[in-house]
Amino acid sequence: MNGAEFVPLSLPPLLIGVFAAIACALPGNFLVLRKQALIGDAISHVVLPGIVVAFLITGSVSTWPMMIGAAGASIIAVVLIEAIRRLGRIEPGAAMGVAFTAMFAAGVLLLEQSDTSSVHLDVEHALYGNLESLIWLDALGWQSLWDPVALAGLPPELIRMSATLVAVSAFVWIFWRPLKISTFDEGFARTLGMRTNLLGLALVAVAAIAAVAAFDAVGSIIVIAMFICPPAAARLMTNRLEAQIMWSIVFATLSAVLGYLAAGFGPQMLGFSNAVSAAGMIATVSGLILALTAVFGPCRKRLGAPAV
Amino acid sequence: MLWEALFLQLGYNATLVTLGACFLGVAAGVTGTFLFLRKRALVSDAISHATLPGVALAFIVMVTFGGDGRHLIGLLLGSAASAGIGLLCVSWLTRYTRLAEDAAIGAVLSVFFGFGIVLLTIIQSMSAGRQAGLEGFLLGSTAGMLWSDAIVILIGGLATLALVLAFRRPMSLVAFDPEFAAANGMNVARIDLLIMGLAMAVTVVGLKIVGLILIVAMLIIPPVTARFWTDRTDHVSLISGIVGGVSGYVGAGLSASAPNVPTGPIIVLVSFALFCVALFFAPNRGVLAAVLRHFRFQHRVHMRQGLLALAQGQPIYEKLTLRLLQRAGLARPDGVATEAGRARAAKALRDEKRWEVVRADQAFEGAAALYDGLREIETVLTQDQITEIDHRIGGPAGVPT
Repeated sequence: MNGAEFVPLSLPPLLIGVFAAIACALPGNFLVLRKQALIGDAISHVVLPGIVVAFLITGSVSTWPMMIGAAGASIIAVVLIEAIRRLGRIEPGAAMGVAFTAMFAAGVLLLEQSDTSSVHLDVEHALYGNLESLIWLDALGWQSLWDPVALAGLPPELIRMSATLVAVSAFVWIFWRPLKISTFDEGFARTLGMRTNLLGLALVAVAAIAAVAAFDAVGSIIVIAMFICPPAAARLMTNRLEAQIMWSIVFATLSAVLGYLAAGFGPQMLGFSNAVSAAGMIATVSGLILALTAVFGPCRKRLGAPAV
Repeated sequence: MLWEALFLQLGYNATLVTLGACFLGVAAGVTGTFLFLRKRALVSDAISHATLPGVALAFIVMVTFGGDGRHLIGLLLGSAASAGIGLLCVSWLTRYTRLAEDAAIGAVLSVFFGFGIVLLTIIQSMSAGRQAGLEGFLLGSTAGMLWSDAIVILIGGLATLALVLAFRRPMSLVAFDPEFAAANGMNVARIDLLIMGLAMAVTVVGLKIVGLILIVAMLIIPPVTARFWTDRTDHVSLISGIVGGVSGYVGAGLSASAPNVPTGPIIVLVSFALFCVALFFAPNRGVLAAVLRHFRFQHRVHMRQGLLALAQGQPIYEKLTLRLLQRAGLARPDGVATEAGRARAAKALRDEKRWEVVRADQAFEGAAALYDGLREIETVLTQDQITEIDHRIGGPAGVPT
């Protein structure tokens, strides 16, 4: 494939996929270690009611109101989960299950009730995203990467996703020490004077930002898969957090690239005419990577007794 | 319109859907109880998402062999197979690797669902227009429910309920105390698998009505709701079944009585409403009960402290204490004790002195452990013991008799 074809059609979605995968995998490392992995699942479900409400208020399918709506919905969901957990003294998993399914159901109901036939807004879109359609029409080839006129026509999702990735990396970089200590030994972190509650909330908020930004570009499925699969696979490779983060970035990038390529070119090689869903394929590849590490990873065994 | 729906007057299809949803709700509620008590409610999330590739594969296979791709039993068998594989993956990952259960659940959920979506796009390109029925499995569709579909749901649900009934004792034992169950010679891993397998059966049966994303709610919300009302396992699963049944029935009725109201979401929202009622109004565990309990406790503390202050002649500045004493007729608005107030205050002070003796004496160790500053001493010691303590305290000293 030559540059004239690759740069406008494949490079932007590929980059968006990689950035989204890494932006989700970074906070995912801490969420997996803190046994809060499913918060990403909950957030990506409640994004739907958020965007539907935003659509009903503004009446248009524009990006910013929807992202604000999605972010608002994820904050409401986190608060609701915490409220149910504390007020009802229910275990966190069940509280999460109650909250996000109810909000998702409300979203579907609102969607069916409102007149959205004129716009492209449906459940499938929220789930799969539309990675393949994020093309860069102004590009003519590799030289366009240095052409300011062509660069102005980059898909806005690419710019948003890279900004999100920078923000997420900055958060992890700046709060590295507190995050690491409070993840492994919360009591010790508190004796050092760290506000662990606040830090936990900030971590969830960063995860929500990554989820909302990634959802807009690539759909919910990648978000859940990237929150959990690369960090979980990395966890089976090493005992050091620094190395785990590096592995998770490698795995996230691998899943995004291989998944995108397999979705785009795999069916053609097998003789089918149409491409398959890139989002689904990226999730599948990340699962395959996890399966490989679960069977061959050097640190896959648990030390000590398994949790009953 | 709603009443007609609730009394099954809206025609054949609506009646079928309402009864099916009600029955599904009962089965899901009863089965979900054990999953919830085992603290594994979200396993159902992994199970339900893992059904998608099975549905799609079954469709592809049936179409390839020239059949109708939307044959319900075939699709359900496919979904059961892939959900079963997902379930085994979850338990393998948690048993044999260091990953925690939530990570395993999330990984299986997203990977299976993602693969399912890949298969769905393959189907889209395979045979144009023939896959219309499959989207219904995401969010449920009851519009085209047939008598045969209802029968499938009924038989599947009944079989699940019968299994739950047969295995309810080992399942509740494992849910509450897995170590004790293992010490009794039970195979905990196998019973866990049974609990999750039953949840899987309900999921598969319910796919048609509420869809794979929302069936999770029917397995989680009713048991959580039921847990508020009672502390007994059998009652939890009974109430949970009732909550599930009512939400299925009312939800399907509502959905039939209004246009554009999809069945699955409305069932979930009805059960969420029931959950909210339980959260706020349940006796003992509800929010309202907790608030009332807090106020009662506050009143007791203030009364006690107020009486002790009166007895020792100290002024009372706390407004709530004063108001409570006044309302009980024990003090005047200026904080001076009434006749009754002086008597009660003297009793309170004497009780405090009695407690002091009790806590200093090893012989009363058991009773002393119950001291919390509020407990009436008569509820802990017998009259004879109190007389003996009074004897030790003696009468007022320095007062000529």
